[in-house]
Amino acid sequence: MSKPKFAMYWASACGGCEIAVLNTDEKVLELDANFDVAFWPAAMDVKYQEVEAMEDASLLVTLFNGAIRTDENEHMAHLLRRKSKILVAFGSCANEGCIPGLANLSTREDLFERAYSGPSTENPEHLRPQTIWRAPEGVLTLTPLQPVVRTLDQVVEVDYHVPGCPPESRQIAVVLDLLIAVVNGAAELPPKGAVLGAGESTVCDECPRSRDVKRLTKLSRIQELPSLDTTTCLLEQGLMCSGPATRSGCDSRCPNVGAPCIGCYGAAPGVLDQGARLMTAIASVVDEKEPEAIDRVLDGLPDPAGTFYRFSLAHSLLRANRAALAETP
Amino acid sequence: MSDSFEPVIIGFTCNWCSYRAADHAGMTRTQYPPNARLIRLMCSGRLDPTFVLKALADGADGVLIAGCHPGECHYLEQNYKALRRHRLLQRTLAQFGIEPERVRLAWASAAEGVKFAAEISEMVEEVRKLGPLNWPARPRPLATVPADIPVLSEVAA
Amino acid sequence: MTSQQERVGVYVCHCGSNIAGVVDVESVVKFAAEELKDRGVVLARDYTFMCSVAGQELIEQDIREQGLTRVVVAACSPHLHEKTFRGACERAGLNPYLAEMASIREHVAWVHSGHAAATAKAKSIVSGTVERVLKNEALDAIKVPIDAATLVVGGGIAGLQAALEVAEAGYEVYLIEREASLGGHMAQFDKTFPTLDCAACILTPKMASAGSHPKIHLFTWSEVEKVEGFVGNYTVSVKKKPRYIDEDVCTGCGICVEKCPVLVVDDNFEAGIGYRKAIYWPFAQAVPNLPVLDPDTCTYFIGAKTKDKGGCKACEIFCPTVPNSILFGQKEERVTLKVGNIILATGWELFNARRIPQYGYGRLANVFSNLELERMCNAAGPTGGKIVLRDGQTAPKAVGIVHCVGSRDRNYNPYCSAICCMQSLKLAHLVKERSGAEVYNFYIDIRTPGKDYDEFYQRVIDEGVHFVRGKVADVSDVPLGPGEESGKLYIQVEDTLAGLQRRIPVDMVVLASGLEPRHDSAEVGKTFGISCSTNGWFIEKHAKLDPIATMTDGVFVAGCAQGPKDIPASVAQGAAAAARVLSYIRQGELALEPVRASVVEEQCSGCRLCNGLCPYNAISFVEERRVSEINAALCQGCGTCVAACPAGAIQGSGYSNEQLFAQIEGLLREVRHETEVV
Repeated sequence: MSKPKFAMYWASACGGCEIAVLNTDEKVLELDANFDVAFWPAAMDVKYQEVEAMEDASLLVTLFNGAIRTDENEHMAHLLRRKSKILVAFGSCANEGCIPGLANLSTREDLFERAYSGPSTENPEHLRPQTIWRAPEGVLTLTPLQPVVRTLDQVVEVDYHVPGCPPESRQIAVVLDLLIAVVNGAAELPPKGAVLGAGESTVCDECPRSRDVKRLTKLSRIQELPSLDTTTCLLEQGLMCSGPATRSGCDSRCPNVGAPCIGCYGAAPGVLDQGARLMTAIASVVDEKEPEAIDRVLDGLPDPAGTFYRFSLAHSLLRANRAALAETP
Repeated sequence: MSDSFEPVIIGFTCNWCSYRAADHAGMTRTQYPPNARLIRLMCSGRLDPTFVLKALADGADGVLIAGCHPGECHYLEQNYKALRRHRLLQRTLAQFGIEPERVRLAWASAAEGVKFAAEISEMVEEVRKLGPLNWPARPRPLATVPADIPVLSEVAA
Repeated sequence: MTSQQERVGVYVCHCGSNIAGVVDVESVVKFAAEELKDRGVVLARDYTFMCSVAGQELIEQDIREQGLTRVVVAACSPHLHEKTFRGACERAGLNPYLAEMASIREHVAWVHSGHAAATAKAKSIVSGTVERVLKNEALDAIKVPIDAATLVVGGGIAGLQAALEVAEAGYEVYLIEREASLGGHMAQFDKTFPTLDCAACILTPKMASAGSHPKIHLFTWSEVEKVEGFVGNYTVSVKKKPRYIDEDVCTGCGICVEKCPVLVVDDNFEAGIGYRKAIYWPFAQAVPNLPVLDPDTCTYFIGAKTKDKGGCKACEIFCPTVPNSILFGQKEERVTLKVGNIILATGWELFNARRIPQYGYGRLANVFSNLELERMCNAAGPTGGKIVLRDGQTAPKAVGIVHCVGSRDRNYNPYCSAICCMQSLKLAHLVKERSGAEVYNFYIDIRTPGKDYDEFYQRVIDEGVHFVRGKVADVSDVPLGPGEESGKLYIQVEDTLAGLQRRIPVDMVVLASGLEPRHDSAEVGKTFGISCSTNGWFIEKHAKLDPIATMTDGVFVAGCAQGPKDIPASVAQGAAAAARVLSYIRQGELALEPVRASVVEEQCSGCRLCNGLCPYNAISFVEERRVSEINAALCQGCGTCVAACPAGAIQGSGYSNEQLFAQIEGLLREVRHETEVV
């Protein structure tokens, strides 16, 4: 009997998810031993045409990382959905938009303006990328940018979710072990829609720092603090730590080394909007009563939307800036 | 936006002051525009920003948050939490392109039906001027895969 | 559980024409029955008066015969009839918390006139309520046992009345008084309006019965420091300040007071016009009959603080008891009490008339406060009841009484102090009776709404007291122009009835200073978990229907702590508070609204963000399990922690996220675009 087919695809993402899979070390060999790796552009050369030629549902599982930002991303999402029995939104981009999703606070025009005419760009002719370019040698196409970043589950049905930017290799190994066990009949698939490779609480659950009642009188950036206590809660020290509202599973990697959590594992179980949870939590413990004094504390957060929705903007209740959304069909 | 635009406003009120202020407006037959639909919470401290975001995303043109006056909260000082959340929410919403007039914080005691009615009247007029918010619906994929996905290699050719 | 499985009944009330006159009730019923059918509505009815017995029976019958599992009544405000309809459900065997009201009277019919818009709004409210009720859970009222012991804070007339009522019913009372004796402000007065009976004659018997009552445990010269717990089960920490007297030994013979050589101005009981010793009784009939030593003025204590230790110790030397009753080394003590209910009767403070410089109080010798004059009129007071000027000898020939000092004045207090008109009339009568002086009352309005009060006003008019309507601008001792002599006080006032400016010379001015909340009322309120109005008075549960209870169950208010009032009203409120407490005690246990927060431990990360948010200290951190925990008995259900929890790990029963999300969706039914299919 032939081995079940495995695929992994990289849409709008940085490539970190791919590296994280490779970082599982010998687990990749186990993957190869149990699956026929049919499509994985980062690891092997397979053309889109070959995927299109596959029979529908012939891939047992596809790990899809990256957000949906371009027509090509969307096309591949539909294509891989059709070809896969199990489609996994793999990593923060596919699940909630991640850093690419922050672009949803701007319109495409703003993005082009910043990227091609911004203060750090030398572009006197104001050249802009074109989706079609007729060169003497032939027609070149570039996939069009869509108005807003969408998550995989806003484009196609998704079976499972693996959060993280990138998912921890330790957690990826757990997911791969599960898949291998399922293939070998040693385990059952979890219910559809389940989140795999993550905890059921938030980062503080794993964070070893001691914590107390919180009273925020000032929010600082880490470089503004004269020193950092190595054993107590970072939020209590005035750093914007997203740990309290971020799903556990990373073993509190960032707080362990003195960096506040930035929220990459997304919302805690059952939470509708991670940014709202951070917003309400931080505001609740601002230790001021007068509007002006409250504002002084909040001034320590110059980019609230970007901070609270650093990873989850595209999947949040509002998803994007109104002007960017207005361009959606 | 025409004159016929009637804003839809969701109002979050507390059980002790602002909901009773709305009752008081009723008892005193204080007229105000019918655009606000109220939800009763026990305290404005129960106001989760998620409620506001959801109301706006689900089609409301504005949200009113009303609690007891500062210093008069029936749970001592929980309305200050509502105040802080509102201020942070406003900063965040600005980045989403949502005007501050669309999310209003008001204080009204149980005896201030007139003030409560005035807050709603003012807000309705402000939001009417801004026009509909009409937040686009969240995309939701079909449960089944469409049969005719365009083939990218053909499009590019 | 999906909505399809639920069977919702919707009832739309006409409330006679109150609702039906504006809202098209039939159209709302049709909407519920047809449009909300797929949401689980199996029947919708309208009825003239849903709250009537017949209306309630309609619901009960449908629950029994149609198998309703949820009930929505679109009628008046839930504050009026929520209990009514919950009761109907309960009688028919449905959990009462599976019923919800939609307020289409107060929030629709009474405030909107356009039929179409009002009807549309009523429909959205019904839709929102249906969605909400689908997410309701069956809840049980929270039962708490009631400890029969009661704490009464404040030994003035309101607190005394409350304490005696509860004790007479046979239950233990702890009566806490900040001063050295019971009695409060009433003990300072000579006569009481309008009957002019002597304050001491009617007050001291009550003080004595409280002092000797076997069920009343007296803590004078004491203050409540901390209150923990909840209705039925409060733990109260009381601080007993040192009297430097052995209470068990002292017989109250008074030799120590007699022998003490230090004389001090008594700013407290004598309002600054009389003296007391360094060891003293607040006043002659003090209860308990124990003196108190003031270490700030006692020669021994002052000496002990400096290097010269030659303190006088006359009190100790002359004390006849064995062992000696004087305890210079006595320390502050703390007592912990367990009580089920608390009555706060902490009283008021006098407005400080120095704040109004143009009236000259504290600057012009013969400008007195009303309280000073009360002491002066008192036969047991510093002047033996004689009305004299500050020199202690001269009787005034003309006295001006200025009403509304610090009251009804937006610069000071906007409220009416309620008692000063009557008190001023009483003082006018007493001054005239005792000194024969001409008495002028300067008033804005005369407010005499009590029983026999206006009759007293007429009597004072008949006695020849002058009344000038107008707010006094200024009191001055500087003669202006010919005809004015020095040594007089001139009252400048616009006589608004005569329409002219007047300048009236008098020898004595009495300022009817208003009542103010205790300076520390906000902190005291915080200790007991209740709040103050913007003016600083304790907030009652309902201004009209429940002026005795507060928002914190088991904490009641009586007397002026809740707002300015006269003696009869204070007594009535004290007795009413006692009646409420007795009703709780007799019930044995109480049913509380099951609106409570709880932590889902698996989801709680122990971040402790919620720990500082609860005003009732209901949230604690369990170190061993590294999770936060909510004490359901302490929780009052405000939901602040539910809204704040960053992990979404706190649930709020009765007001859950699911219920509120559903209600938002229901309210936005007609504008809400179903999620767009891509």
